[in-house]
Amino acid sequence: MDLKRPSRTRQTLVWAALATAVAVPIAAAAASPLLAWRDPVYIAAGFAGIIALSLLLVQPLLAGGHLPGLTAQRGRRVHRWIGSVLVGMVIIHVAGLWITSPPDVIDALLFASPTPFSAWGVIAMWALFTTAVLAALRRRLRLRPLVWRRAHTALAVLIVVGSTVHALLIEGTMETLSKAALCALVLAATVKVAVDLRGRANRKRSF
Amino acid sequence: MTDSIITRRALLAAAGAVVAAGMSGLPARAQGLAATPTMRGGANNYRPGAPIVDRIGGGGFWMMGTVRRAGDGAPLAGQRIQVWAHTTEGHERDPHSHGATLTDANGVFRLEMPQIVPAFGQPHGHLAYDDDDFETVFLRPVMARASDTSLNADFVLQPA
Repeated sequence: MDLKRPSRTRQTLVWAALATAVAVPIAAAAASPLLAWRDPVYIAAGFAGIIALSLLLVQPLLAGGHLPGLTAQRGRRVHRWIGSVLVGMVIIHVAGLWITSPPDVIDALLFASPTPFSAWGVIAMWALFTTAVLAALRRRLRLRPLVWRRAHTALAVLIVVGSTVHALLIEGTMETLSKAALCALVLAATVKVAVDLRGRANRKRSF
Repeated sequence: MTDSIITRRALLAAAGAVVAAGMSGLPARAQGLAATPTMRGGANNYRPGAPIVDRIGGGGFWMMGTVRRAGDGAPLAGQRIQVWAHTTEGHERDPHSHGATLTDANGVFRLEMPQIVPAFGQPHGHLAYDDDDFETVFLRPVMARASDTSLNADFVLQPA
């Protein structure tokens, strides 16, 4: 019992830190004056993007087993589930923007947009969809663990870099400082977990 | 990223200064003035035939610029310029976000409209020239700051 107490405190702290990192940027965006001049569909599209960016912080933490209270198996199941939520959020993001201004979204998808952030977002979107397809077909394709891990890591880095650059270049509802902090956390968590998992896999192989 | 934007803006400002010098008594400079190319995304959410209005909506923001002829740089009077943007009063697609105005004897246009607010990632406006005398041009200028209360866009038109 005595040994469990500090670990429970640590557990609470980790979850509280994660909740803060995700909640502050979302709350700041919810207070944006720009919302007053946007239709509900446009607002929903924007928040789907912000939620997707926040989930990109949760994903590496789950993959690396950094969220206390979750067994490795349960953590991986949640990671897969959040992966499909991410796909859904990106679809809502793009569909909502399409309804708001079709030609701007067509330009973005064709890499013909005047705004530099569009291409980064579209690259991240395709990397996310590719990851989802690979994850779904992983067994059927009989991907070896090494091949799967390398492909997933490469795609994850592409998703995270594309999404964070996309978000940082946008002048929108997200508040600048909280957006930059969230992007920095997402990048840091992804790099740390990618490096850790590589080390873990290498150690396993050497046995 | 910021540096390259500042450089581009500085270049545009310098180009504007050269153009202004050309207008103010240095006609030789204006010889061979190149036509303004249509900007990427400039025609997005365009609605043909926007009505000529004194003001779009409640006003408070100014869209302005000049219209000149390619080659000799002569100011073009009576040219119809159409304007639209995402503002405090509507989305780009809304008909009431669109309006048009005519250039004066000096080829200058000024149209009051509601405050432009950032949409699709940038605070920007749209302008079009699409009458028969000159080739069609669509512009999509971006405001330096979202708090700006005016936006400038100059046209150099190629005779059709």
